[in-house]
Amino acid sequence: MKLREIQKLINAEVLTGEKHLDKDIKTAFACDLMSDALTFKEDKTLLLTGLVNPHTIRTAEMMDIGAIVFVRGKKPDEATIKLAEEVNIVLMTTANILFTCSGILFASGIKGAELSCR
Amino acid sequence: MSMKGVGTIQIKYMIAKNDFSKAGAAASNIKKTLRKLGISTDVIKRVAVAAYETEMNVIIHSHGGIMYLNIDVEKVTIIAEDKGPGIEDIEMAMKEGYSTATSQIRELGFGAGMGLPNIKRCADNFEIKSSLENSTIIKMSFNLK
Repeated sequence: MKLREIQKLINAEVLTGEKHLDKDIKTAFACDLMSDALTFKEDKTLLLTGLVNPHTIRTAEMMDIGAIVFVRGKKPDEATIKLAEEVNIVLMTTANILFTCSGILFASGIKGAELSCR
Repeated sequence: MSMKGVGTIQIKYMIAKNDFSKAGAAASNIKKTLRKLGISTDVIKRVAVAAYETEMNVIIHSHGGIMYLNIDVEKVTIIAEDKGPGIEDIEMAMKEGYSTATSQIRELGFGAGMGLPNIKRCADNFEIKSSLENSTIIKMSFNLK
């Protein structure tokens, strides 16, 4: 599913990366702990989180995650948005809570990302 | 890209205690360096995650330290050496879920007690040496062949 469709489904506002909205997303991972986010297997994965600090962007960068959705109406500061822009990561924010977002996307065919068990 | 003819690359990164503003800068640079060399994406991702976890560990738990990146034809090696205070019980520190991080660190999304086990999982070889009031030295390598 294209990021553009996801944006519509969860009624999100794009904070940066408008030009990458044609990126394909297959799986999603939802958490507020970046230590946990660093343990899954990336597969065209979208990260859903309520954590809006620069570590969220750095975690996504290390994991090759192309897009992050901030839930519960959270918005990162300008420096964090700029960091995402530099590393080509799409940022969106939605008023929906994590559970609702996950439910909408799961019902639309996005699967949960698998944990890495290397 | 073949790495034949490429000598050893060595880069040193200084990591300061509690410097959360620069956290991830070293791991990001390591990732970019490996990408420029044409190393496979699987290896790059494992190195990047392990380097980031290591960098965060030095920032969160130590008095600061140095991370060394070494790349040769055979493997990528990262060595992190901090200025203490050392780990009292390495066996406990290696257990998933065990953490001595403060609530402030947890608010940043870290301190879940997944760092060291995750580094070990990512690396092909992993060694840790530490004792209370001494440096912690972590050595990890990733095979390129």
